[in-house]
Order: sequence, then C-alpha cells, then structure tokens
Amino acid sequence: MDDNWVLQVKDVSKAYGDNPVLNKVNLSLKRGEIHALVGENGAGKSTLMNILFGMPVIHETGGFTGEVWLKGRKSEIKSPKDAMDAGIGMVHQEFMLLPGFSVAENVKLNREPTKPNWFSKVAGPKFETINLHKMGYDTRQALDRIEIGVDEWLPLMGMPVGHRQFIEIAREIDKTDLSLIVLDEPTAVLTETESSRLLSALNKLAGSGIGVLFISHRLDEVFEIADTITVLRDGEVICTVPKHEARVENIAEMMVGRKISNSKATQPGRTTGNGNILEIRNLSVDMPGEYVNGVDLNVRKGEILGIGGLAGHGKLGIANGLMGLCHSAGTVMCDSQEIPLNDSRAALDAGLVFLSEDRRGVGLLLDESIEDNIALASVVSRNKFVKKVGPLPISVEDGKSIREHAREMISLLDIKCTGPQQSVRRLSGGNQQKVCVAKAITMEPEVLLVSEPTRGIDVGAKERVLSVIKRLNAEKGITVVMTSSELAELRSMCDRIAIMYNGKIHGILSPDAPDAEFGFCMAGGGGVPGD
Amino acid sequence: MKEGVQVKEGLRVKEPLRVKEQLHVKELLRRNAVPALFLCMCVLGVLISGQNIRYIAQELISRLARNWFLVLSLIIPVTAGLGLNFAIVLGAMAGQVGLIVATHCKLPGLVGLITAVVLSIPIAILLGISAGHVLNKARGREMITSMMLGFFANGLYLLVFLFMVGTVFPIDNPEIVLDTGVGLRGTIELKYCKYALDNLLRIKVLGINIPVGSFAVVIALCFGMRWLYKTKLGQELRAVGQDMGVASVAGINVDRTRVIAMVLSTVLAAIGQVIFLQNMGTINTFNSHQQIGTVAIASLLVGGASVTSATVGQGLIGTLLFQLLFIVSPAAGQRLMGNAQIGEFFRVFIGYGIIAVALLIHSWGRKSSLESASRQAMMKEEAKTTGSM
Repeated sequence: MDDNWVLQVKDVSKAYGDNPVLNKVNLSLKRGEIHALVGENGAGKSTLMNILFGMPVIHETGGFTGEVWLKGRKSEIKSPKDAMDAGIGMVHQEFMLLPGFSVAENVKLNREPTKPNWFSKVAGPKFETINLHKMGYDTRQALDRIEIGVDEWLPLMGMPVGHRQFIEIAREIDKTDLSLIVLDEPTAVLTETESSRLLSALNKLAGSGIGVLFISHRLDEVFEIADTITVLRDGEVICTVPKHEARVENIAEMMVGRKISNSKATQPGRTTGNGNILEIRNLSVDMPGEYVNGVDLNVRKGEILGIGGLAGHGKLGIANGLMGLCHSAGTVMCDSQEIPLNDSRAALDAGLVFLSEDRRGVGLLLDESIEDNIALASVVSRNKFVKKVGPLPISVEDGKSIREHAREMISLLDIKCTGPQQSVRRLSGGNQQKVCVAKAITMEPEVLLVSEPTRGIDVGAKERVLSVIKRLNAEKGITVVMTSSELAELRSMCDRIAIMYNGKIHGILSPDAPDAEFGFCMAGGGGVPGD
Repeated sequence: MKEGVQVKEGLRVKEPLRVKEQLHVKELLRRNAVPALFLCMCVLGVLISGQNIRYIAQELISRLARNWFLVLSLIIPVTAGLGLNFAIVLGAMAGQVGLIVATHCKLPGLVGLITAVVLSIPIAILLGISAGHVLNKARGREMITSMMLGFFANGLYLLVFLFMVGTVFPIDNPEIVLDTGVGLRGTIELKYCKYALDNLLRIKVLGINIPVGSFAVVIALCFGMRWLYKTKLGQELRAVGQDMGVASVAGINVDRTRVIAMVLSTVLAAIGQVIFLQNMGTINTFNSHQQIGTVAIASLLVGGASVTSATVGQGLIGTLLFQLLFIVSPAAGQRLMGNAQIGEFFRVFIGYGIIAVALLIHSWGRKSSLESASRQAMMKEEAKTTGSM
C-alpha cells in the first residue's frame, strides 16, 4: 500500500432502510491534497461524511458496507472518538460549538490540558485541574495559524457566524496528529472576504501535509483551491478529475445530470405598478455588523427590488429592521399607512413577510414537522387553517387542511422529505430553505422580503427557489425586496438593484448596468442618485 | 507559557466584537428580578409582622444552617442539563436510612452522625446511578421523570420501613419501632446525635446562636463545588449541560457524565438531609424526605436560578430569602388578616407557584433553540444600550 494515501474509501454503500443513499463509492486522498466533493442536495455527501466520522446515526441504522482505509491501513471507525483518534478532523455544517463557552473552551473541548492535583491522584484523571493558561495559549496558536484575531476568552454567544466557522477550523487544527480535515460547506455562511481568507488558510494547511476534503456547492471556490474534484450524484461517484482537466460547465452538468439553463434576466420593459408600496424614510437599524444609517427608499408595487453591497455595509439590516427583529428608527409607510417600527406583529399585519438569512435560527422551528413549520405562522397571524369548534367562540387548528396544504407545497417546491410530518432538522439546507419559502407563500404577503435566499444551498434548489419567487411576483403580483451577496443572482432576478455602502443607499442601478459600474458603486465611488 | 497573555493582542477583526457587556443598574435589576422581588416581599413581611429582629435572625441562622447544603445539592444536575432534580428525595431517603440505623445502634454525637453519612453514601450512590440511567432513557423529560422517581422510591421506602421492619428485619427496639413490633414509628427522636454538628462549635454573637460547625460544612461544599468546575469533570458537566450533541461529537461520554451528575447530587442530598435532621432533632419517618424536594427547588429558583442555569450564589441567596419569607409570613398574615393561616397559605402558594412558573418558562423557551434565543437577546440588548439614534 502506498503510504501517501491519507484516506481511501473503497466500495462504500449505505442504505437507510430500503432507501439506498450511497452506492459503491470510491474516493482517495493524498497527503497535502485538497480534494473537493461536489454534488446536489441528497447526493449522499453528508452520509459519506457521517461514515468517515463514525456518527452514531450510521451505526444506529445498520452500519455500512465497504471499507475505509486511513494512512494505508484498514480502519474501523465506530464513533466520533475513533475518528478523532485516527486523526480525522471534521468541520460540521451545523456548528458543533457551545454558545456558553469561550472560544478557548470550545477549541479545547474534551481535550483540555490538565494538571494533576492531590485529589486526582486518588480519584482519577477526571479530577485533574484544567490548565487555563495553556488552554489559552494553544488556542491562540491555532487561531493565529488561520489568521483570525478573535480574543480566545470571549464567549461564543453572539459571535457572527463567520467567526464560528474559523473557530471550528481552529479546533480541528489544534489536534496534534491531524492528518485529514473534512469541511462540510465551510463557506456557505461566510462573506466573500471571509471565504477567501478561509481558502488561503486551507491552502496553508494542505501545504503542511494535511489532506483536505472539501465539500462545497460553490464551483468557483472549488476551482480556485481544489487539486482534484469528485462529483457525487444520487449516491454514486460520477467522476473524479484533476482540476486542470475539469471545466466548470461540465462539472455543474454532471452534478445535476441535466443541462442548466442560464437564468435570464427579467424581460426588459416589464410593467410594474406605478404607486409605491413601501416608502422608507430615514431608516436606521441597529443590527450588529450590518448597521443601517439613514436609508430612504421607495419600493414600487409589483417590482422585484434588489439590495446588494459588500458585507458589513448594512444590506441585511434593512429587512431585519422593517420586520422589527432589530431595533430601528425612522418612518416606513406601507400603502400610505405608517407601520410602527420595532413591532414584528404590526409588520406582519401590514402584509410584510420575511424570509430570513438565518433560516435555522429565525426561519424555522427545527424540531417541528414540515407541515407545522409551513402553517404555524399563518395560523397565528393570518387566521388561516383554523376551524370553529361547534358553536363555541373558540377555534382550533385544522390538521387536515394543514396536511393537504403541506403536501401541495412539497410537490410545488419539490421538497425532498419522507412526508409532511418529518422534522425540519433532518432536511438538507436546500430543502430547509424550500420549507421557508413555502411558509412565506402561505402567509400571502403583499411584500416579500427575501434575504440571502440561496446561501448555502445547491444549484438545483437554488434554481427552484428563485423561480418560485419570480413566479410569485409575476402571477400574484407580490412585491419582492431581495437582499443578496451574489450580484449575478440579483441581476437575474431584479428590476432595480439598490447598492448599500456604509449603511446608506449609494445608488440604484439597472440590472443590465455593466459590472464595472456595480463594482464602482459597491466600493463607494460615484454612484447614481436614487429615485 | 507566559506568552499566553501577550499573544492575546493578535490581528484584530474588522468589526470589533461587542459581546463584552456593560452592567448598568437597570440591567442588573432586570437580570435579578426574581430575587429582587422576593427581597421586597421579605422586607415588607418583616415590617408587617412586627417580629423581634433578634428572633428573626436566630430563626434564619438555624434554618440556613440546615437548608443550605440541601439546596446546593441541586446545582450540579442543573449545570449538567438535567434540570431541577426532584429526585434529591432519593438522596434524602438514603440519609434517613443512615440516621435511623445510627439511632438504632445508639451511636452518640458526631460518631453517630458520621456513621449515618457513611452508611447513606453507598445507598445514595446506588440510587443515583439508577436514577441517572432512568433519566438517560427519558431525555427531555428529566424533571417530571425525576419527580415520579421520587414517588416511586417513596413507595419502596414505605414498604421497607412500614412493613418489613420487624418482619423481614428483626429489629426489636421500642424507641423506633411501633408497639405492634412491625413498622417504624411515625416520628423518631434523634436522641443521640441531635445537634451533633451544630454543637461542634457554637458561638454567640449579639445573643444569637451560630452553629459554626454546620456553616463550615456548607462553606467547604461551596469551595468544593467551585473547585469541581475547574476540573476536567466539571468542564464535561457544563459541556453536556449546554448541548449533548456537541459534547458527544467531541467524544465526551454523555450518558456517563449525566449519571455522574445524578450520583453527586444524590450523595450531597443524603448528606444534606443528615445535616437537616440533626438540627431538627426528630425524623418524621414518612414525611421528612418528601417535602425537601419542593422546598429546596423553590429556594434555588427564588435565588434567580432557572431550569438551565444555577450558581452557588443563587442557591445561597435564594434559601435566605425563601426561609425569611417562611419565618415572617405567618405573623404577617396574622397582622394583616387576623389569621396566621393566611400567611401560611401565601407562602405555600409562592413556593409551588415559583416552581410552576420556572417550568412554564422553560417549556416556552425550548421551542426556540438556545442559540437563536441568545442571539436575539443579544441584539435586543445591543439595541437598548446603543438605542436611540
């Protein structure tokens, strides 16, 4: 056996019940290689990761067939602990961090450096005192290795997601005999600058001889750093190619197994209503990291308005402020009625519905079923799906109509699930987002505020989510305010695009304005005055 | 290793982090609303009752000496995510078994007390292990399960001491056994080890008797707990308490850690009950253990603890306020309504009411995940402090 192989996966198959998810998967990874694993939702990437990391969910459902070899030797990974001992580090898609602990405590979780004391000599190593000093020092080293300057003793609670991602990575590289690091969608929640920093950190890690297995939806990133690319579709490896032989279009095509239609920009000359549905005056929003500072903006009835800009310039703050999720000040008129700010209920009553960028935190009740997630908000604020109990002046949820409606939504949005009663936590990112969209549709919004609708979801789901939003706009005349970091997405969807700079609207551009103009505007230069 | 502190000044991120919070008076009050409210009630109660301050102080001191240890035994399960451990009743039973045996053997003073503790510890460990295993099977419903465990164990306790004593166990001691020769007496006087710990060292300050021995044990426990949370085990307990999933992915044996938390709590409760009863001087054979669960839990909650977080300080302060309310409410009821019973009712209402409220808040809070809740709380606070723009 060649010692250069850090990881070899041989003929691994796995089924959940009668449902095959992996079929004879083969994958090999060299020392110092960055290997990208790409595939759509439900292609089996997460299952493969779970197998590599010995997650209980695999062994509770009957294990898998095939072999996993590490460093040239066959290994049995029965638990996360085995995987860690074998030198596998894992950066999970859902953060495996404790909010109440400090950065250092998280990095060193269950690997705390300890000092023996008289009691521990009698009662065992569990009673050794934790060496806080060394804990902080080691953590600092790990954080410095990936060049992140966050204070190691700050509590994790309230830290931006970008930082959390880096802390997860710091935790993995702090493990002394790390030979393989697996990253599941590490850039899904990062801004562009953070992503590029992460990628350069990964390059450095690979340079030090660690194998990197990198799962991503973003092909541009994959092409930027990967040495080898493996495409997984429906549980099978479609191909493994060195990067220099691969082309983006081919890979994307293999991922979805069908031709991708380039989503076209909205037809020019599309008529949008004349009146303004939203008139925002001097809006300020106190959203940490995304402050909005005096925004004036009119949203026309029936249009799709894009809000773009670089991270940290306040584009996310507008929607969160309008919905009363962050403290805000200013005046907002909806259909010439003033909406009281800092009152989520009032915003909902005025017909505003928000598809949050934080779908796990704000958008979904992760432990509730799909149907309840779709219907609950409407039950509460729209009085839908309720029925009277006989002559009594009380009403209850109508389970039957909720179920029916959920079924409709599942087929409309192509939500991949076992049924309307499945809990949302088990769904993949793309399908969770679809549930959020279904929930928003059910609310019958006048104005739909959409933030980062495609963050962290794969190509197929992306297309579906965007096309549904577009259809809602076209067929039901719902006004859409869409916030996104991806300019290409905004340009394919919007009638007008407002660019935020330093908490203010810097200019409003047409979607077919040249790239240079967008770039110029985002960087705070020139700018076109808004309407 | 000295560089540890210096390297802190590494690269700075673009946006400075804003988690270090400032504590304003308002904020302090908001966070400690429950103890503050009870403090007001206590002050009012003291004023209305018109009782002698020295009497109140004396009562309070002896109540603290006997209750503090028991209340502190609740803290470990809370930090380990098991919620309020109603199953400390089990530990209390173990403590009583020890005391009954010690009394039966007529062991005097401290010897009797120590024997009682030594006997009760293995029983408590066994009970703790089994309770821990049961609670591992009942994740997410720990509190109601632990309460039921208390009732179940009470049944066994009755069986043993009401029926098996004198029949299966040939105990012939008229001091503790009923005249029929079967079953224990309803109250057993602790003739031999009454006040054994309290009398170890008593000092008088301003005419108030202070049982230094008992307080010394409590202080030792406080330091012991503080030390525990600086050890590897303490870190694991806290990690499991925050998120079992994350802890298990990090390789911590979650089930085992939870069992350990239950064992520690049960053992501490057993010792706590021995301390409690040596101060009372009599065992209410079939009742003493039953009340302690709710009283201790209410005390902890009055101190501002919740189902998911509790500190030693909250336990100490909560007990103080709760017991003070105990002392003054009958007299206050007498003064206000002409009926001491009214004050008593009020006190019971408060005691159970606060538990109910804590459980309600907990079940509401569980709907939204811990993380999003804390994030939003953060944002709201942020908004409040930087507020009006």
